[in-house]
Amino acid sequence: MRNVLLIASKEFKSYFTSPIAYILMAFFGLIFGFGFYTATRDMVRFSMSQMQGGPQPINLNQQIIGPLLGFASTISLFLIPMITMRLIAEEKKTGTIELLLTSPVNDIGIILGKWMGGMLLYLCILAMSVINIVLLFFWGKPNFQPVLVAYLGLILQGGCLLAIGLLISTMTKNQIIAGGVTFFVCLLLWLLSWFTASDPNSTVSQVVNYLSIITHFDNFSKGMLSLKDVVFYLSMIYFALFLTSRSMESLRWRS
Amino acid sequence: MIKVEGLTKRYARTVAVDNISFEVEKGQIVGFLGPNGAGKTTTMRILTCFLPPTAGSANVAGFDVVQQPMEVKKRIGYLPETPPVYPDMDVSEYLDYTGKLKGISSADIKRRVDDVVGRCALGDVRNKLIGKLSKGYRQRVGLAQAIIHNPEVLILDEPTSGLDPKQIIEIRELLRSLAGEHTIILSTHILSEVEHSCERVIIISQGKLVAIDSVANLTNRLRGSEAVAIEVQADGGRPNPSEVQQRLEQVSGVSRVLMRDSKDGRLIFEVESLQGRQIRPDVARTVVNAGWNLNEMRSVGLSLEDIFLQLTAAEQNQIQTPQEQAK
Repeated sequence: MRNVLLIASKEFKSYFTSPIAYILMAFFGLIFGFGFYTATRDMVRFSMSQMQGGPQPINLNQQIIGPLLGFASTISLFLIPMITMRLIAEEKKTGTIELLLTSPVNDIGIILGKWMGGMLLYLCILAMSVINIVLLFFWGKPNFQPVLVAYLGLILQGGCLLAIGLLISTMTKNQIIAGGVTFFVCLLLWLLSWFTASDPNSTVSQVVNYLSIITHFDNFSKGMLSLKDVVFYLSMIYFALFLTSRSMESLRWRS
Repeated sequence: MIKVEGLTKRYARTVAVDNISFEVEKGQIVGFLGPNGAGKTTTMRILTCFLPPTAGSANVAGFDVVQQPMEVKKRIGYLPETPPVYPDMDVSEYLDYTGKLKGISSADIKRRVDDVVGRCALGDVRNKLIGKLSKGYRQRVGLAQAIIHNPEVLILDEPTSGLDPKQIIEIRELLRSLAGEHTIILSTHILSEVEHSCERVIIISQGKLVAIDSVANLTNRLRGSEAVAIEVQADGGRPNPSEVQQRLEQVSGVSRVLMRDSKDGRLIFEVESLQGRQIRPDVARTVVNAGWNLNEMRSVGLSLEDIFLQLTAAEQNQIQTPQEQAK
């Protein structure tokens, strides 16, 4: 456990010694802020136009926060490859992997540490969106609980994609390849829901739908916490990290 | 302290290490010598539990590298060929991290970092980013990382590569100060390195063990034969080189005559003797009796370099012969 925290904090710090953490946070803050601005502006215009027929109550949760955090989950598909691509690939490239693998730390410690390091940066990135959401609490009275549920969903979905990115990062020493492949896998997981759009009730669609990381987020963004989705994310994280540990082990046999 | 038996590492098509066995006792400095690609790094990677062996066993500090890798890893310090440093960390931060990774408690870490910074002379750069350091400093940071937890066994892959002569001497002195308490294996393809710092030498070539002996014994093995450099004056093309060479080869006890140089009317030869033969008086007499002027004569010791070349060349010849027969 001590090693996990040690590696996690080292990873986290190294994101901030390079520009990557700042770039990702700024990028996310900007895009999310842009989405926030357009969403609230349209909302205000809409409610103004409705004003002639008497004031309409605005449901901030359903009309702004839900879609916005859904938007955040889409942006994270683009950010996460940039977080994970260096995790193992860089160590393989520079040879520091030899230090890690010959230190008295087991593979699971290394993997969890790396994953947590990425997770901490992801939390920092998500924190950029909190600024906008907090503003809504000043001007309106949204429900607190659904917001928390949506953030939990974002964290779980992020954890899942980070674990997949980490797995891919163990497979190459080229960061560009690690990042690119992770991006395509994320994109594919996102697009899976298109596949089922025309025929949502067939068995194949149901299986595909279940595997799509995005569909599980839908409930969270609506403020609904269901055990099924939480279990899905947690088991995906476990599965991806398990595969990562196998892949790490194969490094020793293949190299 | 280190016991290797029948160690073999096979990759898909090549055999990197072929049935090597050796033992290293506690407190010794052992040089692991071989041309590039001989299997030095692979052997070290197996000893440090980075790679598993295909066959055979390796026992480090009383633990098997396959069965109890965690116990082995606690007891070794390893400096790979390229120092495993993170360019975006500063030196003390890096040593803090690696020290903790190797199990040093937070209470002890500061003292240990200070200690290795002093030992590896890193005081001037301890707050600099590793990425900004020269190769020599990086190498020393890598070495500091290897010794920070005071391991029983130190495994160093080419610890002096990329250093300037002054730094090489400093590293040698550091290694000598570490011997005794620590058992050290260092690999190198620079032979003077071994002559200076090691007590024993393991020579491997093409994955096979060629020789394992103390440095003194190895040099003695060929010291029985001596080599003499002589300079003969030649005026106006007399005597001509081949004539001198022929005459020298006829001297009893001479095994080989090499023409080294010929310029400004001076001919320089290197004459090697057979095992245990004194050839200097006869060589001198031969030259003088032929009526030539002997300008200079001095003995040239056979260096470890020559021994190494002889041993590894012999090995290669043996390997080539069956192939040639097959043709």
